[in-house]
Amino acid sequence: MSNSSPPDRHRLGRRALVAAAATTFAMPATAATPDPAITTLPDWSQSLGDGVQAHPYGVPSPFEKHVIRRDVEWLTAGQQSSVNFTPIHALDGTITPNGLCFERHHSGVAAVDPDQHRLMIHGMVAKPVVLTMQDLKRLPRSNRIYFLECAANSGMEWRGAQLNGAQFTHGMIHNVQYTGVSLRSVFEALGIDPRAKWVMAEGADAAGLNRSIPLAKAMDDCMLAFAMNGEALRPEQGYPLRLVVPGWQGNMWVKWLRRLKIGDAPWETREETSKYTDLLADGRARRSTFVMDAKSVITSPSPQTAASPKGQMVISGIAWSGRGSVTRVDVSLDGGRNWQAARIDGPVQSLALVRFYADIDWNGQEMLLQSRAQDSTGYLQPSKNDLRKIRGVNSIYHNNGIQTWLLRGDGICENVEVS
Amino acid sequence: MTMLAAMCVNLSAAELPVGRPPLPAEIAAWDIDARPDGQGLPRGQGSVKQGETLYLERCAACHGEFGEGAGRWPELAGGVGTLAHERPFKTVGSYWPHATTAFDYIRRAMPFGQAQSLQSDEIYALVAFILNLNDIVKDDFVASQANLPTIKMPNAAGFYDDDRETAERGFWVATPCMTDCKPPARITGHASAVDVTPDSKTAPKME
Repeated sequence: MSNSSPPDRHRLGRRALVAAAATTFAMPATAATPDPAITTLPDWSQSLGDGVQAHPYGVPSPFEKHVIRRDVEWLTAGQQSSVNFTPIHALDGTITPNGLCFERHHSGVAAVDPDQHRLMIHGMVAKPVVLTMQDLKRLPRSNRIYFLECAANSGMEWRGAQLNGAQFTHGMIHNVQYTGVSLRSVFEALGIDPRAKWVMAEGADAAGLNRSIPLAKAMDDCMLAFAMNGEALRPEQGYPLRLVVPGWQGNMWVKWLRRLKIGDAPWETREETSKYTDLLADGRARRSTFVMDAKSVITSPSPQTAASPKGQMVISGIAWSGRGSVTRVDVSLDGGRNWQAARIDGPVQSLALVRFYADIDWNGQEMLLQSRAQDSTGYLQPSKNDLRKIRGVNSIYHNNGIQTWLLRGDGICENVEVS
Repeated sequence: MTMLAAMCVNLSAAELPVGRPPLPAEIAAWDIDARPDGQGLPRGQGSVKQGETLYLERCAACHGEFGEGAGRWPELAGGVGTLAHERPFKTVGSYWPHATTAFDYIRRAMPFGQAQSLQSDEIYALVAFILNLNDIVKDDFVASQANLPTIKMPNAAGFYDDDRETAERGFWVATPCMTDCKPPARITGHASAVDVTPDSKTAPKME
């Protein structure tokens, strides 16, 4: 996929539309008294700060200490089989910092010694193999940016608005650059049996988490990744080795990957039968719903962000699709009755997250903020109500409906449902 | 020699240039998966009675004496016929399509925090007991490599493959509506009324 943004003409057209929808910019305020932030010399401008090695591994400013992963205590039975959420409300751009990528573990974080880690590939293959991490790092490698979304992201919102924050409603997502080896390149050298159709991936954690992946997907774009955003995978993201399954539900991206077994049928594991199947209203369930549908959310303003002042405002959000690239994002200020094209800024790549903006002048009246993504296959993110008509409210997984934030007159947002 | 070192490696052309074949003992040590057709199930057997004893020792603290679940830990039994209800109750008996899946899962992941500590006969016994809790097998049932793949689970026919591209084809739209797309929106619910966000003062504390 291309790294470049959409053609300029296209972008200018969108920008013009947004500008036309906005009213004239408010005049800047004038000051009556001098600003002490200017007239008083702060300590940091006079005395020496930390030396170079104060933080051998850098950490964010203490003023950003609220920008952390958070969990919802009542959601799960314990901390080891649980989930926390990326603070998307406080992030910008497209790349998620490694330390803020949401976590989902089934038996806690495996503390794997990379020198003791092995990847075994066997089953319906002519030449089964055992690989060390050193072996994997001697193979040709590539860099790819992909989003990873948990299939249960927004799963608590099926019956209605429940959690008051984008972090909690949409935070089971991250978008990072992976470095690793193409799975296809390895499989092609091993002599896969022509009757083989599935691959079981298994982790080295105490859940031994296992998923069946169609061989066709493995041969298309899966990766054996050992780095994220330029450094080794974080332990909570599968250090030292994770399977990357672009555009597909996060549960399949097996962490601490120790084994790939080639077979002719799916394994129907616990994670692909009792979990990660979508129960519909008639009592039957969809299975193998691997692809993540196009989805977007406004991250700012949102319920956890500071009160928005009247006047000039940046509406900022993220969009992604498991079927291709995001081709457009629209924003509504009136709960989905009228829409205006948002401006996508930054890289637009297949199966990666994009950042969008709508720059408006807010007069202080209540607004019902929504965003709506469309992808390169033409799929248009549906309203929650349209989604419920087909998927009911007991599906848990794959809630990609349009989110509504009520921006109140006091500048605070609330998670609401609309007709 | 210098020339060889400078040549590009094309993996698909030949052997993988790194790694080694696993030894049979190494495959056996890791090859713990089991499929619905029985592939991967080890030799062994275990009775409902043996399973009950073991279950009360190793499992009931989280899953409850009768598989009803303790606190927020998963329930294992009951719920048959509830999948179309407003609040479906999904258990091994009411939802899981294959008995072999329970074997595969217990073998790799249970007991929670003591993974891979059970012997094959013990796992067969536990599966037998869980099936019995769900009235799928009789009290004298003995689970084995041979009969586990033949167990008919109540919801075996309850699943079908992803059909979103046909069932939801209406979500593919050539030209998105931009103006007057629906009547004026009304607010129908507030998250603040549910009040379960972590920062909320009144969020419910689950056990």
